[in-house]
Amino acid sequence: MSTSAAERAVNYVILIVFAAFALAPIVTVLAAALSPQSGAESAGLAGLHPGNFVDAWSEGEFSRYLRTSVLVAVTVVSVAVIASILSGFAFGTMRFGGSRVLFYLFLLGIMVPAEAIVVPLFYDLREVGLTNTLWAVALPQIAQSIAFGTYWMRAYFRTSPPSLIEAATLDGASPRRVLWSILVPIGRPAVMTLTVLAFMWTWNEFLIPLVMSPNGDFRTAPLALAIFKGQHVQATALLAAAAVLVALPVVIVYLFAQRHFIRGMLEGAVRE
Amino acid sequence: MRHQRRYLPYLYLTPALLLFGTFLLYPLVRSAQFSLFSWDGLGASEFVGFDNYVELFTDEVLRAAFGHALVLILFFSVLPLGLGLVIAAILNRGQVRGLGLFRTVVFLPQVLAMVVVAVAWRQIYAPNGTLNTALRAVGLDELTRTWLGDYTWTLPAVGMVGTWVQTGLVTVLLLAGMGRVPRDLFEAARLDGAGAVREFFAITLPSVRGEIAVALTLTIVAALKTFDLVYVTTGGGPGNSTTVPAYEVFQRAFREGAVGSAAAIAIALTAIIFVLNVIVNRIAEGREE
Repeated sequence: MSTSAAERAVNYVILIVFAAFALAPIVTVLAAALSPQSGAESAGLAGLHPGNFVDAWSEGEFSRYLRTSVLVAVTVVSVAVIASILSGFAFGTMRFGGSRVLFYLFLLGIMVPAEAIVVPLFYDLREVGLTNTLWAVALPQIAQSIAFGTYWMRAYFRTSPPSLIEAATLDGASPRRVLWSILVPIGRPAVMTLTVLAFMWTWNEFLIPLVMSPNGDFRTAPLALAIFKGQHVQATALLAAAAVLVALPVVIVYLFAQRHFIRGMLEGAVRE
Repeated sequence: MRHQRRYLPYLYLTPALLLFGTFLLYPLVRSAQFSLFSWDGLGASEFVGFDNYVELFTDEVLRAAFGHALVLILFFSVLPLGLGLVIAAILNRGQVRGLGLFRTVVFLPQVLAMVVVAVAWRQIYAPNGTLNTALRAVGLDELTRTWLGDYTWTLPAVGMVGTWVQTGLVTVLLLAGMGRVPRDLFEAARLDGAGAVREFFAITLPSVRGEIAVALTLTIVAALKTFDLVYVTTGGGPGNSTTVPAYEVFQRAFREGAVGSAAAIAIALTAIIFVLNVIVNRIAEGREE
């Protein structure tokens, strides 16, 4: 298609202005994180103060909270992904009574906001003494990720060629073998997308860990940041450094697997 | 599979169904049950029927909270859709390089924890923050204000954060949709002498109806679910000027001992989200027939 030079110039201006709008707040935080702390005398490195990260790390006890976040994320992602592969396999390749109704239940689950379940979850799990445990924080998020994961993996298994499954079955392969030795290896991209999305959702989740661990035993990094904010209202540099620390893990995964993030978040929203 | 044993599918479903049922479906049903009672979280509860739902319409704080959610929809959904349509349509017309990098950058706000986003924007909105400094630099001193401490401006200021987060998502979604429109359709329109504006309304807009529906669902639901952003930036204040339904759920259930009321808000919110999804899916399906 032919486009005039003027039009192309306008396009680039829009591209750059909009990208700048998206980046500006991020740059603001990065700049603040590297700026001198108020009242501090140190000259820093070429005017930059990477020492802020060290100070924020130790003052906010982020080594502890990041470790909790990793523990919660690994638990949620591994359980949810395995359960979703199994259920997606059943929905995607087998015929059985009640499959439609059951599948609609999972679809419904995707829409349920955390706000709708967190109140009874807290009071019921407190009753059985489970609040302030890893399970109180992880299990509700596992359930949320399974709702999406079942939908997502079913969509993948439905596209896998039936001839492949038939051939393997004729060769005497059990359904378990068909799943783990043939379909899952071929479906690595779909599993990968589900994994990075579940990781991001769990890492960034706020309400569930806030409510389910009231004494802070299982405080995740975003919560620690919110509390750190309350304690360091004036310490802009430290707060910004802490924010960067909390965001970094997901951003790094995003930079390496951005196609998966974009694909999953856009296609995952398109229901049949 | 031919020689499949009858119980086998259910065996594969068991872990998912058990976890999903126990920690999502069951609590949802319990929420509905809670919403019919008056309970402070500790003592005895009392059955009150639909009183908690009546309160959604009579309690002024709650009415305000739902009103604020509507305002947020404007900022999370309508504004990003408008911006996204214009940006995507223009970028789709011309061959620009660097679209891949552009996508990566504008999508980035989506993957940041809302707390991080809130901390960033608090620094922008601070009395001596980026925004006021920029306004002073260009001589617009009279426009500076305490963005997060002002009864009129705090809600729009919080809303702008939503615009920032959602516009990239909407733009990337629309770009993907417009990219699927056959090129010769545009060529034909140009040969017929259609200008950019007519081309947009005649070809581009109708062909991304499905994407618009998806964008609206995602962003409206995000606006309705807003919690962390309000919790970290304003705590619902000043006064009640930025409180939202999800924030009221938290406050009432865990701070004010009004558990039944909190559950009713949560159920109402869920119902609204369901209805929205159904409506939008209907519209998207109508397109395909």
